[in-house]
Amino acid sequence: MARTATRWCNGLPRFDRSSRSAKAAMATRPADIRPTRGWRLYDPRLAWLLLAPATLLIVCFLILPILVMAVYTFFTFITAGVEQSTPTLANWHEFLTDPYYHGFLFKTLRVGVVTSLICGVVGYFPAYFIWSTEFKHKWLLLLLLIVPFWISFTIRTFSWIHILGEEGLINVALLRLGLIDQPLQMLYTEGAVIMGMVHFLLPYMILNVYVSLENIDRTLISAARSMGCTNAQAFREVTLPLSLPGLAAGLLLCFVLAAGSYVTPQILGSGRDALFGNLIYDTIMGQLNWPMGATLSIVLFLVLGSVAALYTRYMGMSQIVKGLGG
Amino acid sequence: MSAAPADREGRWAWRLTRFMTVCVYIFMFAPILATIVLSFNASRFGGFPMTGFSLHWYGVLWQNAAVVTAFKTSLWIAIVTAVVTTIVGVLTALALVRFDFRGKEALGTLVILPALVPETILGVGLLILIKSIDQPRTLTILILGHILLALPYVVLIAQARMISVRRVYEEAAMSMGASRFSTFREVTLPLLVPAVAAGALLAFTISFDNTSASLFWRPAGVETMPTQILAMLKTSISPEVNALGTVMIVMTVGIPLLGGAIASALGQMNRRKSREDAR
Repeated sequence: MARTATRWCNGLPRFDRSSRSAKAAMATRPADIRPTRGWRLYDPRLAWLLLAPATLLIVCFLILPILVMAVYTFFTFITAGVEQSTPTLANWHEFLTDPYYHGFLFKTLRVGVVTSLICGVVGYFPAYFIWSTEFKHKWLLLLLLIVPFWISFTIRTFSWIHILGEEGLINVALLRLGLIDQPLQMLYTEGAVIMGMVHFLLPYMILNVYVSLENIDRTLISAARSMGCTNAQAFREVTLPLSLPGLAAGLLLCFVLAAGSYVTPQILGSGRDALFGNLIYDTIMGQLNWPMGATLSIVLFLVLGSVAALYTRYMGMSQIVKGLGG
Repeated sequence: MSAAPADREGRWAWRLTRFMTVCVYIFMFAPILATIVLSFNASRFGGFPMTGFSLHWYGVLWQNAAVVTAFKTSLWIAIVTAVVTTIVGVLTALALVRFDFRGKEALGTLVILPALVPETILGVGLLILIKSIDQPRTLTILILGHILLALPYVVLIAQARMISVRRVYEEAAMSMGASRFSTFREVTLPLLVPAVAAGALLAFTISFDNTSASLFWRPAGVETMPTQILAMLKTSISPEVNALGTVMIVMTVGIPLLGGAIASALGQMNRRKSREDAR
């Protein structure tokens, strides 16, 4: 099997050029090839057959759950773990009138915006550097950006305790140097949560910007330079505007992932730094209030969905796909 | 130089870029390095300062039955996820790249949707669906959930590769009488090998690493590796957690790097051999 594979891989280009039967084969029109009786070569029925497993999975595990969740928001909560299917607007009423929930939503959106802006500003530099450097081992810089994706997210997050904690690198160093008498409280603050999120989202941002920089036709920059632009002007007038789609896709991705996060505030934040994701988790797993949990989930889904929809309206879907594929 | 002021601006900007890049890379890796270094700490506490070099905590970790069980659970889930997701993903990519049919664009979007919806929402949704039809949480559902989460990435990777494989190769094989299946096995699949390997590896990592959704989906009493780490972090950060983190980092970074190195070495050998064959 493996041998066949290598033979084909190596053989194809030669086979392509020299073999007479291959040329004959290419002369055949695709429509004439009928490997299965009664089926065209690229029969739509076959396509649906190939797509069936993925479609089935997504419908059963993504579309259906969200629909059921939407229905659940109108169920009546009786007591922990028990609800009735009597339709009620109580959950929505509670969400819309209780400032407790608004506070959470507002804080989550704020943290998401701050995180994605920091990622955008900080992440642009390495992306630009990797793109424009003449360093021979550029691949190494790119590889180092992908390596964090392989390291468990939980581990990457808790490792910040070693930097920011009371026995962390910064506090121990400052105490030893005699600059402070008491350890600084850096862990379990909103700043620590944002820092943890920036840490996990930066590679997404850098890769997104890098991909859009790579798509820029470099002759445009040479043209700008030859017409008297300085490097800085060429950057401002040509490179930066052309890399904006990647930056925007990165910002969207970072915002959605940050606002939907649950684990980072859990590890690096105190109770006060809990975000909407933690609220949902506590409502469902702690209070066992399923209808309210469903309502909160649908709210988060609608808010993030409308941000994403607004984005695709102006930028289209393709840039996100590029970013996800690396 | 007459253009000095503006060019000076450019030079400073470049210096700033270089400086920021170095900072970002330090920022990315400093905490991870700290965890690795601290796992060899002889101290009873998980933080700085280092009091001596010791492998003690690795021994303690090895004795911890809960950790070993969680590790095995995660490994199994990740292997099954990787295999199934790769098969489903390649079939999906094949359909999306090679075929023309109505609703193709909508399906292309549908397939990447699981990567765009936050995990918390996916987690709650599936949980509510299971509850509403009175089904218990099982390992099968957890695995299917992981497959859902990994699918978009595998499809995107396979799609990108499949676009670059010209369909005339397949058509040539079929016009010479090869069946669909043997065409796929002998022509399409070998040409897709890099994408299949990369996709499988990514699916494995996504599953092995998944935290948020697993917290919702795991059956009662089952811990995966990340949820086990989370549980261990609830009390305090112990040197044992550091040792566990280091083992995981070495595994998840080491295996792909080694795999990549072997693949590129084999590729070079093959290329050399085929060049000699050609002569």
